[in-house]
Amino acid sequence: MSGSAAIDVEKLVREFRKGPRAVDGIDLSVSPGEIYGFLGPNGAGKSTTVLMLTTLLPPTSGRATVGGYDIVRQGAQVRATIGAALQEAALDAMLTGREHLLLQATLQGLPSTKRRQRAGALLERVGLTEAADRRVGGYSGGMKRRLDLALALVHSPRILFLDEPTTGLDPQSRSALWEEVARLARDEGMTVFLTTQYLEEADALADRIGIIDHGRIVAEGTPPQLKAEIGSPSVEVTPTDPELGDRLAELLSGFGEMRRNGRGSVTVQLPGGEAELAEIVRILDRAEVRVQTLQLHQPSLDDVFLAKTGRKLEGSGDSPIVEAPEGRGRRRRRRGG
Amino acid sequence: MAVETAIDLPRAGHPSRSAGLVEQTLAVGRRSVVRVFRQRALMIFPMIFPLILFAINGSALSPATRIPGFPTDNYRDFLLAMPFIQGAMFVSITAGVDLARDIESGFLNRLAMTPLRGEAMLLGQLGGALLLGAVQAIVYLLVGVATGVSFASGVGGAVVLLVLSIVISFAFASLGGLLALRFGTGEAVQGIFPLLFVTLFLSSSSLPRNLIKATWFRDIATYNPVSYLIEALRSLVITGWDVQALALGFGFASLLLVISLGLSQSAMRSRLART
Amino acid sequence: MSRFFNVARGVAWRSIHNTVVNPAILVPSIVFPLFFLIAFAGGLSRISDVPNFNYPPGYTAFQFVFVFLQSAAFGGVFTGFAIARDFDSGFARRLLLSAPRRSGIIAGYAIGALLRWMLTGTVVTIAALIAGMNVNGSGIQLFGLIGLGVAMNLAAALWACGVAMFLRTEQAGALIQMPVFVLLFLAPVYVPLSLLTGWIHAVANLNPVTPVLEAGRGLLAGSPVKVAIAFAGLAGAAMLLTAFARRGLASAEKAG
Ligand SMILES: Nc1ncnc2c1ncn2[C@@H]1O[C@H](COP(=O)(O)OP(=O)(O)OP(=O)(O)O)[C@@H](O)[C@H]1O
Ligand SMILES: [Mg+2]
Repeated sequence: MSGSAAIDVEKLVREFRKGPRAVDGIDLSVSPGEIYGFLGPNGAGKSTTVLMLTTLLPPTSGRATVGGYDIVRQGAQVRATIGAALQEAALDAMLTGREHLLLQATLQGLPSTKRRQRAGALLERVGLTEAADRRVGGYSGGMKRRLDLALALVHSPRILFLDEPTTGLDPQSRSALWEEVARLARDEGMTVFLTTQYLEEADALADRIGIIDHGRIVAEGTPPQLKAEIGSPSVEVTPTDPELGDRLAELLSGFGEMRRNGRGSVTVQLPGGEAELAEIVRILDRAEVRVQTLQLHQPSLDDVFLAKTGRKLEGSGDSPIVEAPEGRGRRRRRRGG
Repeated sequence: MAVETAIDLPRAGHPSRSAGLVEQTLAVGRRSVVRVFRQRALMIFPMIFPLILFAINGSALSPATRIPGFPTDNYRDFLLAMPFIQGAMFVSITAGVDLARDIESGFLNRLAMTPLRGEAMLLGQLGGALLLGAVQAIVYLLVGVATGVSFASGVGGAVVLLVLSIVISFAFASLGGLLALRFGTGEAVQGIFPLLFVTLFLSSSSLPRNLIKATWFRDIATYNPVSYLIEALRSLVITGWDVQALALGFGFASLLLVISLGLSQSAMRSRLART
Repeated sequence: MSRFFNVARGVAWRSIHNTVVNPAILVPSIVFPLFFLIAFAGGLSRISDVPNFNYPPGYTAFQFVFVFLQSAAFGGVFTGFAIARDFDSGFARRLLLSAPRRSGIIAGYAIGALLRWMLTGTVVTIAALIAGMNVNGSGIQLFGLIGLGVAMNLAAALWACGVAMFLRTEQAGALIQMPVFVLLFLAPVYVPLSLLTGWIHAVANLNPVTPVLEAGRGLLAGSPVKVAIAFAGLAGAAMLLTAFARRGLASAEKAG
């Protein structure tokens, strides 16, 4: 596997002199054409990993290849293979979008006859044609992100690194960016390594997800795999009369593992899946327990994160709901929550 | 399969073909120049300030020409060298702050991701500052001539003065670049500015060294290389062709240039600590 | 009124605190005047050999008065930088929101400027004394010199405060500094007014800083001149600039 992997990482470590072990021995492998979502809270070590894989930061130990090249010994080849949009969209406020692309194209060694054409095409691709000749200082956050993406694509890289590409974007810009990333993987076979703090994003976009916390990968797999690890859905029932909590618990105890939440509310696992919901409703009806709310919880990446790290992911919940891009057979819709 | 709406992109050329050193330098230099000229407001102050000081001190200190042994009878002739050095010092700040900003913003990292060579990056980055230095020098020269300064060394001397002041600007710009690369913040670069000004004032910038009364001050001025930069520029105005002064001026300017450029080069290499 | 003083005290405390804990602010405001003292008093002392230069305490004292007053003015200017920075960082907005008596903000910045300059002024004075400066003035005359410095500091702080509050960006720094700098250097800095010729003499003659400088030099030498004019001028300036600073504050309040 590792011979043909687009990104292959073994026991990668980065220690900062006065800081923590930001990346603490991670292993991962990304296949060509795959979108790999690297999910973790602030300070988890996402950016540090990206900086190492893009050759901007030497690892303390461990090894990694990107596009088949060693990130330490073959930096130049790695850089020629990859495109990267790092966490801070490092743009020059004084230059226009087009000037950025032309500079990048020159430095990437595109023939002078191709540069304008390439710049124009990329500007159109990311929807910046109209703003192309305005200074970047006047761009919105979303426009900067899109320009950043275009800059990463100038030399047609095979592998794309995106460090939190949608942080701070509004739902429209976010879904547009998702669309574009999905399209790059689907149509151009580009491998994408994407970091994010948003579960929705990883869930919607990534073929495979690695969850990183305190520099270690605590879980890895496809979103369905990860959710399956957490197990079955559960249902939370709150009776109208809190006094009925005991009765409720008694009625539901036959289904699976059960938890009392206070105010009479009860959560019960459904090992048999959502189908058991109908049975629950019937039982409650027969026992004449009046129900105030009845909520089905599908296992989500939130639960995965909670289960693996014992903490809730900051930023979960407040991330806006966006339709997932369509088109790749392997990808599922957003979880129905 | 979804309908393909995006336009077809031309494939980029072979990424392995990297641009030559000259082409890279020009590309980075172009950006640096564009930056400078798009921030004209920021250019004005550093350019005007030395002129204001020249105007004020040129008159306020003119009684100094009555000190026995003073080499000219027009203090402005004597003082003209000062704005060139001051301007060069401002250029060093501009160059350093611009580079530091690129480091802080990560723009340098972006460039580091390309096959850009360190030399091209450095020279290109200093390009804008260099141009600024040249423009300033021409302005100062014109102002000097317009206010009645005459060149003892003639037109040729004025040309040499321009050349030397551009070399000096370049040397100071490299120094600014070095500080930016070493410390990576604009404040660190700004912080050095007072120190540069101190070296300017603790030199023979206001009085000839032999007329400085306090011996300790005269000693400092003698050991201060800035004195020789000033004296070389000044000699072209008030003395004529003073080979020794010119040799010292060009010598110290080149020395500063070579040292700071060399150190910048290695600092740039570690800053672009790509593998 | 007590609320006014509470606000003023809070703002002043913060201004001093920021100065003391941040060497990048503290060091230049002390080093610059010292350096001017060295460069002018040390480097240019030969100028006192110019015919008709007559200042009995000597050139070090002559330049000390200028540097002393200059440091007072710049103590005010530096406070303006801090205000502008506060507006850039959004801290000033919080101040405007939370201060019950907003004119106390101006007073607080001004007090901060004064306290800060007291440190600088002391250092410069000690340095000049170490360098062997002669002091011919009496105690009360020296007190007058200090009074000139305080008034100068206040006027400059009010000016800086007004500009900073009108513009509310760090870029205001140059605009605060330049006029003060030019005004100071268009006074008879290096030689007495009588030795200046040409346009600089004409300008210095009209410059309101000139009588202040001459009064200061006279007080240090023990032969006061133009003291009343100097104080009257400074008082007038302080009044006008107070109005200006309050307008600036009002504009900042309006901008929110
Ligand atoms: N240059 C550095 N020097 C010292 N410590 C660092 C440095 N860069 C990162 N760290 C530390 O390493 C850890 C991981 O940082 P990293 O930037 O990789 O996190 P992240 O997952 O990208 O977080 P975020 O979501 O906030 O971007 C943090 O604790 C951070 O403080
Ligand atoms: Mg990060």
